Order: sequence, then C-alpha cells, then structure tokens
Amino acid sequence: MKIRLLYFAVLASAAGCDAESVQTTCDNAAELYDELAVRHGFTLERSRLRVAVNGVFAPWEQCLREGDEVALLPPVSGG
Amino acid sequence: MSRFALSDGPIDGAALERLLRSPAAGAVVSFAGCVRDHNDGREVRALTYQTYVPLAVSEGNAILDEARQRFAVLDARCVHRVGDLVLGDCAVWVGASAAHRDVAFAACRWIIDEIKRRVPIWKNEHYADGESGWLHPDGMPRD
Repeated sequence: MKIRLLYFAVLASAAGCDAESVQTTCDNAAELYDELAVRHGFTLERSRLRVAVNGVFAPWEQCLREGDEVALLPPVSGG
Repeated sequence: MSRFALSDGPIDGAALERLLRSPAAGAVVSFAGCVRDHNDGREVRALTYQTYVPLAVSEGNAILDEARQRFAVLDARCVHRVGDLVLGDCAVWVGASAAHRDVAFAACRWIIDEIKRRVPIWKNEHYADGESGWLHPDGMPRD
C-alpha cells in the first residue's frame, strides 16, 4: 500500500525532505518507523517519538490503510 | 478565532490581553516566552520554529479546553510563533482571566507547561558560531 509520510525537525534533516510517499508492506507505524530508521539513518529511538495518522495522535500499533498520512513526531520543543 | 493560534508574524500581547478582559474578570494573568541569547552555555543568535499545523492547532485548543475544565477561568488563550525569530521576539503568549488572581496564575502556569510538553512544535537554535541544531528534549524538566 501507498503511505504519505511527514517528517519534522531532526527527522526531516536526516531524511533530506519534509515529506515523501512510500510503498510498504508494513502493517503499522511501528514497523514502518523501524524500516525508515534503517533507510534514512534515524537515530531517535521510537519510544521517544509519537505518531499521528491523518492528523490525529495514534498508537504505534494502529493498522495502516492505503493512502494514510503518517506524521512522525520527535520530542517537541515549543515555548 | 480559535483560542489557540499559530502566528508567522509578531505577537501583540496587549491586544490579546484585551480579549480576556470582562466585567467579571478581576484578574488577567499573561506569560510571554521570549527568544533569549543563550541556551545550555551556547550563544544563540536566532530561532526557527517548525510545526505540524493541524495537530498543533487541535492539541493547543484541547489544552485550553482542559484548562477551562480544571480551573475556574473565565477565558484562556495562547498564540505560538512559527518560522524565523530574532532575539527578544515573543515566541509564545499565554493568558488567562478569572475572578481572582490565584486561579488566573495557576491556569496560566499549567497551560504554558502543557503547551511545551504536548504541542507538536520544534525549535531550531542558530548559534553564534554558525552551527544550528534541533532541540529534542528528553522529557526532563527545563526552564
């Protein structure tokens, strides 16, 4: 299935882009992050990130569907 | 206008504070977080904030809704800057109004802490030596 990915902050720097579309067989965002971490050299442990699917915080184990937009959210530093 | 907003231009704290005034509001407390010239022993020249807009707006408004349930506030608002900021710029503004000051102070403090903890906004510091870096705090308390 095709998934739209959004990267922020250090993840965007590592990936070299803010967003990309990928074809994946991963069932959920946890598997997808682990796959992307290898490809892009992400060093942040998944336990330190949150994930949002289609603009809403989601559990890492949530099943992904064709066309989902998955935002990978590093530890925040607003304020 | 939603109570939480992102702004790519200067924040007018005085104008925001006026929105909180009402005949029942005996106390209006506001907090302005500003860009300072140092962090962790390094000289800072400027900041860039990046955000995930839809989630930042929904989470910011959720925090303000929770504040209105937790505290007897009359109103509460927050505006956070995004984009490029220079030293002294207001990066985030929080205001709360209540009948009395204890509630307004407590709500304002709680809101800024939750904003910093939960809203998907990231800070890139530009240092005097030409380097820059994204801050990804480990969850330990920071000032």
